[in-house]
Amino acid sequence: MEKEMQQVVGRARAAFNSGRCRSLEFRMQQLKALERMVREKEKEILAAIKADLHKSGPNAYSHEILGLLGELALVMDQLPSWAAPQPVKRNLLTMRDEAYICPEPLGVVLIIGAWNYPFVLVMQPLIGAIAAGNAVVVKPSEISENTARLVADLLPQYLDRELYPVVTGGVPETTALLTQRFDHILYTGNSTVGKIVMAAAAKHLTPVTLELGGKSPCYIDKDCDLAIACRRITWGKYMNCGQTCIAPDYILCDASIQSKVVENIRATLQVSVEFLVLRDLCPRYSPALSFCALWQEFYGQDVKSSPDYERVVNKRHFKRILGLLEGQKIAHGGEADEASCYIAPTILTDVSPESKVMEEEIFGPILPIVTVKSVEEAIEFINRREKPLALYVFSNNKKLIKRVISETSSGGVTGNDVIMHFFLSTLPFGGVGNSGMGAYHGKHSFETFSHRRACLIKDLKMEGTNKLRYPPGSQKKVDW
Amino acid sequence: NPYAGLVSRLRAAWLSGKTRPVEYRVAQLEALGRFLDEKKQDILEATAMDMGKPPFEAEFSEILLCKNELNETLNNLSRWRKDEHVDKNLVTQLDSVFIRKDPYGVVLIIAPWNYPIHLVLMPLIGAIAAGNCVIVKPSEVTKNSQRLVAEVLPSYLDNDCFAVVTAGMLETTRLLENKFDYIFFTGTPSVGKIVMTAAAKHLTPVTLELGGKNPCYVSDTCDVQNVARRVAWGRFFNAGQTCVAPDYVLCSVEMQEKLLPALREAIADFYGSDPQESPDFGRIVGDKQFQRLQALLRGGHVAIGGQTDEAKRYIAPTVLVDSQPSDPVMQEEIFGPILPIVNVANMDEAVDFINRRERPLVVYAFSSDDKVVNQVLERTSSGGFCGNDTLMHVTLTSMPFGGIGNSGLGTYHGKFTFDTFTHRRSCVRRSMGRETLNALRYPPYSQQKLGIVRAASEVKRKGACTLL
Repeated sequence: MEKEMQQVVGRARAAFNSGRCRSLEFRMQQLKALERMVREKEKEILAAIKADLHKSGPNAYSHEILGLLGELALVMDQLPSWAAPQPVKRNLLTMRDEAYICPEPLGVVLIIGAWNYPFVLVMQPLIGAIAAGNAVVVKPSEISENTARLVADLLPQYLDRELYPVVTGGVPETTALLTQRFDHILYTGNSTVGKIVMAAAAKHLTPVTLELGGKSPCYIDKDCDLAIACRRITWGKYMNCGQTCIAPDYILCDASIQSKVVENIRATLQVSVEFLVLRDLCPRYSPALSFCALWQEFYGQDVKSSPDYERVVNKRHFKRILGLLEGQKIAHGGEADEASCYIAPTILTDVSPESKVMEEEIFGPILPIVTVKSVEEAIEFINRREKPLALYVFSNNKKLIKRVISETSSGGVTGNDVIMHFFLSTLPFGGVGNSGMGAYHGKHSFETFSHRRACLIKDLKMEGTNKLRYPPGSQKKVDW
Repeated sequence: NPYAGLVSRLRAAWLSGKTRPVEYRVAQLEALGRFLDEKKQDILEATAMDMGKPPFEAEFSEILLCKNELNETLNNLSRWRKDEHVDKNLVTQLDSVFIRKDPYGVVLIIAPWNYPIHLVLMPLIGAIAAGNCVIVKPSEVTKNSQRLVAEVLPSYLDNDCFAVVTAGMLETTRLLENKFDYIFFTGTPSVGKIVMTAAAKHLTPVTLELGGKNPCYVSDTCDVQNVARRVAWGRFFNAGQTCVAPDYVLCSVEMQEKLLPALREAIADFYGSDPQESPDFGRIVGDKQFQRLQALLRGGHVAIGGQTDEAKRYIAPTVLVDSQPSDPVMQEEIFGPILPIVNVANMDEAVDFINRRERPLVVYAFSSDDKVVNQVLERTSSGGFCGNDTLMHVTLTSMPFGGIGNSGLGTYHGKFTFDTFTHRRSCVRRSMGRETLNALRYPPYSQQKLGIVRAASEVKRKGACTLL
């Protein structure tokens, strides 16, 4: 198997060395082809995602395609300016010289995708890697097998086959692939495998971007609009059946508001919330009013039959997640059906920090609530644990939000909402500590996959000024 | 784990938030400035004792360059650490969207022996500026400099947050078992791999400033005298023990004929007729390095220099000719005052030669023809590039300094040092209001809702805006 990988990577490297992916025209052409692929094969892409995660068309489109089209448009628009040499400030000694930073491709890049957003998590990095002028080996996750198969079918139809090969397979194939030498590896997945990837990269001194995970805490202050906070949290927690790296993993709040939190989440999930909508009414937003009528409850009384509620990706994860419920106080949900890998949106209360559900990243539709007596306790709680990918804090008190942010560490933060920092391509998306290293999205992808080469071009004449630096040295020269 | 106590002490200091306020960081940095001023003589003496470093070179590289970095950092710190506000999309128009510059926490800096003060201080300045606690591990090879860093430097800094560890190979391995929030390593590629492997166990991000063989292409059209001086200066500075020194020359046989007398003249101008007598020429740092270099000499054809004095660890400024790719001197980074010349027929051959090898820290090209310089630049890959001179690109701190592939990963100098030791944390601060706008993103999903979302976020090529 290593031999096969050697061939695939060797071909990509030879293709890179041929120089054809250096020109901007070539890169734009490939990006345009990617855009065509996403538009022309929309049906197939959505069908594959549905088969893998039981995700509805409109949902899959907005999670996995809409953002991609935006990213493609942004990159194609900005690439010429991103790829241009940047002149830098010169000092006295270099005043008459040319000094600039030249963005250059790294070479052959490896992208390892994850199964929870199986299409976008290979495509978005791929866009950046192509834009930066690299050859790219794409390895989609085998767990989302329909999407993996689709990516393997589609990319060769639209892109240069030698420069952007797709490798499918599981652990043995990935291990074999990781023995090869790459010029950058971007891995999305969990911390355990992240360590394996980085150790393999270390053998070749290959830089890595690791988009990992962790338990993203969500602190709800007593001084906050609970109805709105809980609606937003419900959205972020249960989307994709909780299988989102930046989902709010658990809630920290004062015991006195715990039951209200449960009520509000339950209301968002099931009961008609028209009265809440009416409360938010603002005449200026009349177009939006028509949607309030559409918007009653997220998943209806029978969540299982809602087309908008996904499934756990496979039996292994189903069993793992269900195991986390053991010994817990289930305030809502808890129903499960192994045959369809269905687990209902579930809320746990009075959860002990030492319990299993508080040890690992849940990555499922279970929301534990841990009570804390103060924001200090919440901050301490968060800081005693590994640095998470995202941190959420809900409060009307701006100062409190600022305090939580400045006294903790996390990949990113959204205050008074969840997930949102992911959607802005002007913000670098990535983790810190156990939740990862490096970042991407938008221009940050381009930078991740580029080498910034410092260039100084002097004149061969003008030797006079150089005399100062040559020996024989003297105090006079130094003092000058 | 002998260092566990130290690391947890610093981590506790980190968690206390002591290093966060800008006033604290400025005070520590100013103390570093005082160290450079007050201990200047000690630094010159230590480096002279360690490796016969000429006072001019020591003052320039170990003191002046550090002071420049310090001043640049102090002048710009408040600007660098500010939250960076970024462009927003439609949905976040009324929100606060910015990138915070967070310190990483407890960082480790491992420095080598060739510029023993500079390679400690340059990263240390940025690490402190970025608000981290720092453990510094200076090289055990340069004993006097190590003592200066271990015994004198701590008296200038807050010992709660900054520590110096003296350690050899074995102890450093133990040190690396601990969890750090960032590791900055300067040294050889083989040790770089060991450091990165250790870092992987804790998912610690790293910057590795490594090395390689920096090629120096000299075209047939050039001012030979100037080329010879610039190349000789870069090669023989610090007796060749510089990571960005021109490692070998690539030129035609005709150019070689012109270059040799010019190099001979430059060496004589710089160091006199007997460089061993010159106060401006350094020595090899240790016996092990000396033996290694002597072996490289033996495998080559000496055209200039070649004299050695083992007792003084002196190797004369030496030029080798007719060097073959298979010669010992072409197998490893030389890191000594030996300059092999390899003959190539033309620029194409030179570029091929360069591209067949590991990517170096820097590629040098000399020509009076701009096109030639640009061709070499475009057709090769390296950490940095300098046309028509050597070493100078490193002194311009508005440019990032670092390698690629085997020569390293990550960069630093100036703002790039601050950025290296900073975690850029994306933040969105929303309000609880305007909830109706969020309606579009909530289930139940429908074609209708999607239609609105698509229409509202129509992806245009110019000025694209995404709703979500």
